[in-house]
Amino acid sequence: MNWLTNVLGNIGFAFRSRLYRLGAGTRLFFLTMIYSADSFKRIHLTIREIYFTGVLSLVIIVVSAFFVGMVLGLQGYYTLEKYGSSEAIGVLVALALVRELGPVVTALLFAGRAGTAITAEIGLMKATEQLSAMEMMAVSPVARIIGPRFWAGMISMPILATIFSMVGILGGYFIAVIVIGVDEGAFWSQMQANVDFQNDIVDGAIKSIVFGFACTMIALFEGFDAPPTAEGVSRATTRTVVISSLAVLGLDFILTSFMFV
Amino acid sequence: MSDKLISIENLSFGYGKKLLHKDINMQFNRGKVSAIMGGSGCGKTTILRLIGGQLTPNSGKVLVDGDIVHEQDRNGIYHLRRKMGMLFQHGALFTDLSVYENVAFPMREHTDLPENIIRDLVLLKLNAVGLRGAHNKMPAELSGGMARRVALARAVALDPDIIMYDEPFAGLDPISMAVICDLIRSLNDALGATSIIVTHDVAETFSFADYIYFLADGTVAAEGSPKQLMASKLPFVRQFIHSEKDGPVPFHADAPSYQEDLRL
Repeated sequence: MNWLTNVLGNIGFAFRSRLYRLGAGTRLFFLTMIYSADSFKRIHLTIREIYFTGVLSLVIIVVSAFFVGMVLGLQGYYTLEKYGSSEAIGVLVALALVRELGPVVTALLFAGRAGTAITAEIGLMKATEQLSAMEMMAVSPVARIIGPRFWAGMISMPILATIFSMVGILGGYFIAVIVIGVDEGAFWSQMQANVDFQNDIVDGAIKSIVFGFACTMIALFEGFDAPPTAEGVSRATTRTVVISSLAVLGLDFILTSFMFV
Repeated sequence: MSDKLISIENLSFGYGKKLLHKDINMQFNRGKVSAIMGGSGCGKTTILRLIGGQLTPNSGKVLVDGDIVHEQDRNGIYHLRRKMGMLFQHGALFTDLSVYENVAFPMREHTDLPENIIRDLVLLKLNAVGLRGAHNKMPAELSGGMARRVALARAVALDPDIIMYDEPFAGLDPISMAVICDLIRSLNDALGATSIIVTHDVAETFSFADYIYFLADGTVAAEGSPKQLMASKLPFVRQFIHSEKDGPVPFHADAPSYQEDLRL
């Protein structure tokens, strides 16, 4: 019986600590909302963060998107050709990117590129007492540090996902039309006829907004909650990537099942 | 106007069930430099955090200018903190801002002063700590002593009534130490402020503090002017002032007997 008590105790403890973190994260989110007016008073901070999280992520987004588009073009062409409908390659590439790969891969790359940077930066600020110092100067770290980064993430992610999809389509175009020689008119006209603005593009954008919220909030909370030690910050950074990635994939399934079924 | 700017009354504080402070009483008078001394980990810094409202006491209260700190709401506490300046142990400068911007930070956040006045004030504060020439450096380019002086300039940027120093001498070379000592005294007197220093450096503190509290075992073990404490016969104070190994403060942490631990 003793081991059973231990197992149940451990499960209970793990559940309770996760629940606690979820509550603390939710509280941080509401505080961020409350202090948003203060954050927007310092709009230059948000613009600066958009540069750090958004603009500096452009290279990895553009390069990955082009390769993803090229792979989609290749794989799609060989499969479609078997059924004699290789002109539909444009639709396939566009739908795959706009509906799924654009928002999802962008979010995963964002978590790795910008999310980790946010967590490590805030964690180190905490470890070096910079957040404490700010509090003692009667300046809320939520307004000054969390708010601008949150809004920067929320604004950057949909734009990055859109750029990802656009560059990906160009990658598909490069392989299908220029390298393989699929008819260019068919490539674009089929895409134009079969990609719906409301059902495909807007739904994809909604996904990227939800992912932007999840990735940014997880990165901010992990940094804010990190134990102020070297080990604490390193663990928090790892958790940012792991939790963000799982959250993005899980949310993607849920959103897809509501949107496209 | 009462002479006491800050008073700590019957304060108990602890993390979890273990109490760090038991029923402490302290008073910090206007215009004076007071020091809180004691061994590492005796809760000196915690007192500063309690005064600043970053921690809430288990019982008792801290009064700043007549206001009970832990009963303030967020705006109240921010209002109180605007009267305070705090120098953190390692400076806690914002690493993404230059020296100039660090000192300008409180002014930009709390005032609507035009840029040319902020510039003059920042250079004035930096000049007071002797680092006007370093205004365009980044914190990473400064030595430990310089970083602390910049942090001091930032702490007094808005001419606070209360200046708190957390271990201002730790890890400094003798010259920087003497410079910081002079600065603490001269800033206190020039601004008409009330200073509280948390430290364990006996010689420096005794040379310029007005009043000293000794903390040990969660209580105020001794208090008085440096002269009174020098003459004290209390074993703890004697051990601390003369840095003796033997005395009431044990070298070993609480542990079972040595033989038992080694299974002899």
